Amino acid sequence: MTVARPSAAGLADRLWQAVVQGDERSAAGLLHDALADGTDEETLLLEVIAPVQEKVGVEWAADRITVAQEHAATAINERVVASLAHRRPGRPTGAPGRGRVTVSCVDGEWHAFPARLVAEVLTLHGWRVDFLGAQTPTPHLVAHLHHTGPDAVLLSGSIPTHLPTAHAAITACQAVGVPVLAGGRAFGPDGRYARTLRADRWAADARGAVSALDAGLGRPDASATRQQLDDLPHLADQEYTMVAQSRAQLVKQTLVDLENRFPALRSYSDFQRERTAEDIAHIVDFLATALYVDDAELFTSFLTWTADILGARHVPAHSLVASLDLLSGQLRDFPRAGKLLHEGVAALGEHSDRPVPGPDSHV
Amino acid sequence: MVGCARRVPPFVSVSRGSSARPPDVDPRVGATWTEAPCPVLVVDRYGGLVRINGAARALLPDAECGDRLHERVPSWLWGAHQRMGEGPHDGSLGTATGRINGRFVEAHPTPVGEGEVVWWLIDETDRRLAETALSNARLRSEILSEVSSALLSTLNVPRCTEVAASMAAEHLAEAAVLVAPPQGRRHPLTYARRGGPVTQVTRQVDVSGVPGLAEALQGFPPVPARWIDPGAIPDWVIPDGFSGAVGSVIVTPLPGHGVPAGALILLRSSTEQVFTEGEEVFARLFAARAGAALSAARLYTEQATVTATLMQELLPPRLTGVHGVEYAGGYRAAKDHERVGGDFYDVHPGADPSQETLVVLGDVAGKGLDAAVLTGKIRNTLHALLPLAGNHQRVLDLLNGALLTSRHTRFATLVLASVRRRGGQVRLRLTSAGHLPPLITRADGTVEEVATQGTLVGALPTVKARTVETVLSPGETCLLYTDGITEARGGPLGDELFGEHRLRRAFGESAGIPAEAVVERVQMLVSGWLGTGRHDDMAAVAISAPATGALTLVGGHAEAGGHTGGPGSRRIT
Repeated sequence: MTVARPSAAGLADRLWQAVVQGDERSAAGLLHDALADGTDEETLLLEVIAPVQEKVGVEWAADRITVAQEHAATAINERVVASLAHRRPGRPTGAPGRGRVTVSCVDGEWHAFPARLVAEVLTLHGWRVDFLGAQTPTPHLVAHLHHTGPDAVLLSGSIPTHLPTAHAAITACQAVGVPVLAGGRAFGPDGRYARTLRADRWAADARGAVSALDAGLGRPDASATRQQLDDLPHLADQEYTMVAQSRAQLVKQTLVDLENRFPALRSYSDFQRERTAEDIAHIVDFLATALYVDDAELFTSFLTWTADILGARHVPAHSLVASLDLLSGQLRDFPRAGKLLHEGVAALGEHSDRPVPGPDSHV
Repeated sequence: MVGCARRVPPFVSVSRGSSARPPDVDPRVGATWTEAPCPVLVVDRYGGLVRINGAARALLPDAECGDRLHERVPSWLWGAHQRMGEGPHDGSLGTATGRINGRFVEAHPTPVGEGEVVWWLIDETDRRLAETALSNARLRSEILSEVSSALLSTLNVPRCTEVAASMAAEHLAEAAVLVAPPQGRRHPLTYARRGGPVTQVTRQVDVSGVPGLAEALQGFPPVPARWIDPGAIPDWVIPDGFSGAVGSVIVTPLPGHGVPAGALILLRSSTEQVFTEGEEVFARLFAARAGAALSAARLYTEQATVTATLMQELLPPRLTGVHGVEYAGGYRAAKDHERVGGDFYDVHPGADPSQETLVVLGDVAGKGLDAAVLTGKIRNTLHALLPLAGNHQRVLDLLNGALLTSRHTRFATLVLASVRRRGGQVRLRLTSAGHLPPLITRADGTVEEVATQGTLVGALPTVKARTVETVLSPGETCLLYTDGITEARGGPLGDELFGEHRLRRAFGESAGIPAEAVVERVQMLVSGWLGTGRHDDMAAVAISAPATGALTLVGGHAEAGGHTGGPGSRRIT
């Protein structure tokens, strides 16, 4: 043990500086030096790189870094993780015969970095890991399970709107007799949506995943195949189906109504108009997802988060409330959707009373 | 009427009197009970058999009037009679059931006064048998249905074998051993014990040591269980933790697709009941399902292996840095369940840093596997033409000739890029043959379209194409892409094309970021734009001059997808 060994937080600060400047060489050098000085790889992955990657998202949300910087920083982090993995001896040194697992992102999910970290940490713990990466179509995932017959699937999701797709993946994996450990922000802060979608287990982070696998997941009963309605009987009211299917019409109509209500919008450039349409589309997507899992908080937390994003970019959030109002008008015949929209308006009202973090506040 | 009145004690003679019958019953019925099809016993309060009808004599041949009931009937009926005398009762309360001389009997008492009871015995044997048979049949069909669902759920051979063995141990026997056809000289063996773990090993065993096993593995009919001497079972068959001596054994083949899928050995210890013939039949039903599932899993595995091997040649390669220039590629097939399609790209590294690296990106008319096969031919042809890559026109002419003479009627568009790094700068020679012009994002964020154009290949006798040279400074990127990207339909309003202007805008924000981040960002935006909509094949390749401070990957080669390459292929300089 050397006195000079830097703390994880100190390393994270320096790594942040390097990645935000696009300085891959310094980023890699920093971590390889730390490794050489005796900091173990798991600490580097989970207490240095992971917090930096999280900060990338936070800083983007606060409009303190550009999209390009966000992508460059993520790419550098990914390369650095790859270079650490590459340095490792051929076979993991962990306990032998730990078993084999598959780490995959939900179909449509591009944020592969959290899953990548989990894959690396599991490898360090002696698991044989197949990392399928971002944007894995569910049929590919299932084919992979037939091919390899793993002990478990670790399914990662960051964006909640992928939850219906995640549900299909969870039931498909379980139907071939492979248990599913769900993780990532999409499944809710306490993993509540993992339970809603009947994943076998949920883990808050990579270490949680390691201990869940160590404890063993058990095989799901493959003969008891379930369908959507078995897990989510409220879907029988067809509200999710209707909202999801009429997304484009809902967005178009809301955009037209919004322009009628705020004539100033007519002077928007095409670019601004498209951003507004995208915002409305996101609202409809999250509304549909909240209908799917039958949970209002999924919708309200998205709205308050969006209000913060818009606030950071000095875009007034009143169009959010107006959009909710206009959607309520179009969805008058849908009681669950109406209730969600109503709760959305209420949440935005409460949220606007709270102070918004300023550009100088540190996260 | 059976005449035994002589033996009837005088104090019970009243039994023929009015108190035995409801008042409204015709007194003549009193004589007909003796002809009743069900056995009837009249018993007095002391347990003496007062009367007995013909049917009862058939059931209890030794019984005579005057006998003590407890000497003639089983204790359950005697007990029921005693309880009749104990207290108030009404109707069916005193009903009792049990066996008499191998028959299953329901006994209904009718008190007739003064402690005398008429026992009406109803033979339920056949109904019981039918009910038991029905319930067994139900249970078995439930088990078979569960077995089928579980077996069909997986196409993984080891997993399917594990499920088959563990279900056999759970439902058919105390332990089960599944012997798969030999791989070379060794047999994969799967051991399951009821309530225990399943273990799988592959080892060399003497199958002829188990009666009927060698035959079962060759597809001969099973040897009846009663012919198998449990004592002759060799030790390798007995799973760890199997307690006691083997009492009975079933060896049954697992029928496959024309060839045996293996054999199943079922074991019961000597303390358990031996396998019945019905259980043997059931074991065969189980084996039929297990064999079908295992064969399907094997067939799938073989097909998947063949497909994977052939697909390997068609999959887009994984790109990394070559000779100080960064390359990144992204591919998405038109159908999400497919991995290949009509778009393709390749990076052919120069022999050394002074040599040009050839990058190709193209699009064959059509999609799916047929188009993918043609991409494979074009990629191979271009690989063979590498020595001529100094002259793009020549390469295109030769490729055109090759495509015109092939049996494929499809044509293709493509871009060729020859890349070489000189100092910090990357020199590019770009030629488009009927393809979308490449885009370049400059360090200041402006996006240029490279003014190369030409005709497509594989359709006309000649190809006309113009080659353009340009230079990338550090942090600048050249993007080659296919029209699947710009023609992606979707967006918030659901029906707009992604279009070149959105691609240019996204690409313009990419100055100074690593090549793979450029490609990933384009892919993400297009994917978000599409939502769940349909789309064509999409491919993009980014060629970047590394920004200062970037890691340079040297000695790397464009690798086939699916693995990260051997040690040393990616090194930090």
